Amino acid sequence: MTDAAASRALAAPSAEGALAALARRAEAVAIPLGALLAGVAAFSLFLALLGHSPAEFFALVWRGGFGTAFSWENTLSRAAPLLLAALCVALPARLGLVVIGGEGAIVLGGLAAGATAMVVGWAPGALGLPLMALAAMAVGGAWIGAVGWLRHHRGVNETIASLLMAYIAIALLNHLVEGPLRDPASLNKPSTPPLPDWLRIGEIPGVGVHWGLAFGALACVLAWVLIERTRWGFAARIAGGNVRAAQLQGLPVGALILGFTALAGAMAGLVGFFEVAAVHGAANGSLISGYGYAGILIAFLARHNPLAIIPVAVLVGGLEASGGLVQRRMDLPDATVLVLEGMVFVAILLGETLYGRFRMFRPELWGRA
Amino acid sequence: MSETDLGLWGVPLAMLAGAIRVSTPFLFVSLGECLTERSGRINLGLEGTLVFGAMAGYAIAYETGSPWLGVLAAAVCGAGFGLAHGAMCSLARVNDIAIGIALMLLGMGLAFFFGKPYVQPVAPDLPSIPFGFWSDIPQLRAALDVNALFLVGVALALAMAWMFRATRIGLVIRATGDGAEAARALGVDPVRVRTLATAAGGALAGVGGAYLSLYYPGSWNEGISSGQGLMAVALVIFARWKPVNCLWAALLFGGAGALGPALQSVGVTGGYYLFYAAPYVLTLGLLIAASSPSRALAGAPAALGFNR
Repeated sequence: MTDAAASRALAAPSAEGALAALARRAEAVAIPLGALLAGVAAFSLFLALLGHSPAEFFALVWRGGFGTAFSWENTLSRAAPLLLAALCVALPARLGLVVIGGEGAIVLGGLAAGATAMVVGWAPGALGLPLMALAAMAVGGAWIGAVGWLRHHRGVNETIASLLMAYIAIALLNHLVEGPLRDPASLNKPSTPPLPDWLRIGEIPGVGVHWGLAFGALACVLAWVLIERTRWGFAARIAGGNVRAAQLQGLPVGALILGFTALAGAMAGLVGFFEVAAVHGAANGSLISGYGYAGILIAFLARHNPLAIIPVAVLVGGLEASGGLVQRRMDLPDATVLVLEGMVFVAILLGETLYGRFRMFRPELWGRA
Repeated sequence: MSETDLGLWGVPLAMLAGAIRVSTPFLFVSLGECLTERSGRINLGLEGTLVFGAMAGYAIAYETGSPWLGVLAAAVCGAGFGLAHGAMCSLARVNDIAIGIALMLLGMGLAFFFGKPYVQPVAPDLPSIPFGFWSDIPQLRAALDVNALFLVGVALALAMAWMFRATRIGLVIRATGDGAEAARALGVDPVRVRTLATAAGGALAGVGGAYLSLYYPGSWNEGISSGQGLMAVALVIFARWKPVNCLWAALLFGGAGALGPALQSVGVTGGYYLFYAAPYVLTLGLLIAASSPSRALAGAPAALGFNR
């Protein structure tokens, strides 16, 4: 250490500590943003090679997703279910689990909400809606919780099991809405009976988007608090790093896995609840919407940080909202958005290799770590 | 030819026919995944590779008029995806499971993007060999109409088992799967072995996709695959990473997948969707039975981290 550096360290240790922490934070923001830009650049090259204008594409995405009040409304209503669907991936990820079958908990959560409404149709909204939400969360939580239980107690690979269970869940939904739970009046599209008006969820005043958006954002904030500010979140992170070490520390790894996966499934179940109570008005095949799979993308892009899920979900919501406009104006297939999402997904994952490689982000360069 | 009334005998017969027909993509994808996992990597992206292979095979078969050129194109594209997966996973701290999920999404996106103009046109089918020529019963003849690609798959399973057991390449792949150190002791670069094994596995998955679009169901659309690529990954675990077991497992899955349509053909229509879910339930059940929390999975390549 030179004299100058030594005197600086003595003079302002706290400022340097702050700088060092800032360097680490900056890395966590700069690398994903750089990867996002790299993915966008790769996609632009892809479009240009095929003779389409990337500039026109992104101008249309801007107009279709974020340009007007109407497009914002469209974007936010697509983002609402994605917030909760992404939590279904991000929460188990804290424990090192890759759960990709949230779609199953979404459709069964929606089915549970629709079936509960058949029983509590007499109840006022203040009683009936919470009961429906609870049923959806319970079923979704049990579904993904079972994945966690199988992982911990039977050693079953959670990624494959959750996905297989998503296919089983979709078959269950189809079977039940075409059979025992079917409203005889639903002819073309088999559904549970339509919800009475008092069991429908309305829009947030002045926003034009249903209340699922507010609940989703709140859930993301609460999930962040759970992970970053509570001992359960801390314990989960240790268990995610090294199960053996966590067990030696006396941490209840089995209970943590069960709790986090069940909570994740409850979030996905809520997606189904809002889809039924706020969007479709009954449980039917429309619940199979792919939100569970979009949630995987969002959780990974947000690097499983619940707070980062909020902007990423809005971004993906806007991208998907603009799909129709891009399709009409540029005569591109609707899968164009999927290609862009895939390229950005790959780029973000490749960015993982860059952490710690840039000198300017090293905390020791800026003072004490 | 008129249908002969076989009564309930039609169910096992239709399941046998279905087992052979439906199992071929499972067989190719699981052999590909088996090869990749034996080298110590997991490629979850084979679902995307399968869908892209289905599209590429169909498009090339349509443009050239030759279904076999389509199969070749699907294999080349699959190898490309495998190579990409292998190369990316060679970077430090890049997770093979996550990259697999991302490539699954990208592969499907690219397949739907380039496949849009090919949803309408009709491409030539792959030929099949009528082993049932001696029978007068049309259902039996249909059941024994075996596609050439299935036979290629059977031969491949046997050849791969022999390769693992008796050849230097097989030894190198097995050693790499046991760990990077073992590979280096043999004088080979583990990263290179894994990348090549992933590329070869991708090529096989691509061929599996071409079977879907060029034989059964025999057309290209966005719903061509219903998770076969992912089920094949589970199937490899159940098959204990042995190629010949992959063949039996693929036939079992094919039979389960044919249960719903077979029952429907004899007039059982109730619970159609539940029978449709049979392969998934079977896969999950076998996965649970094959897994174990305490002891290491028998036959699992050590480098896979299945025993963490």
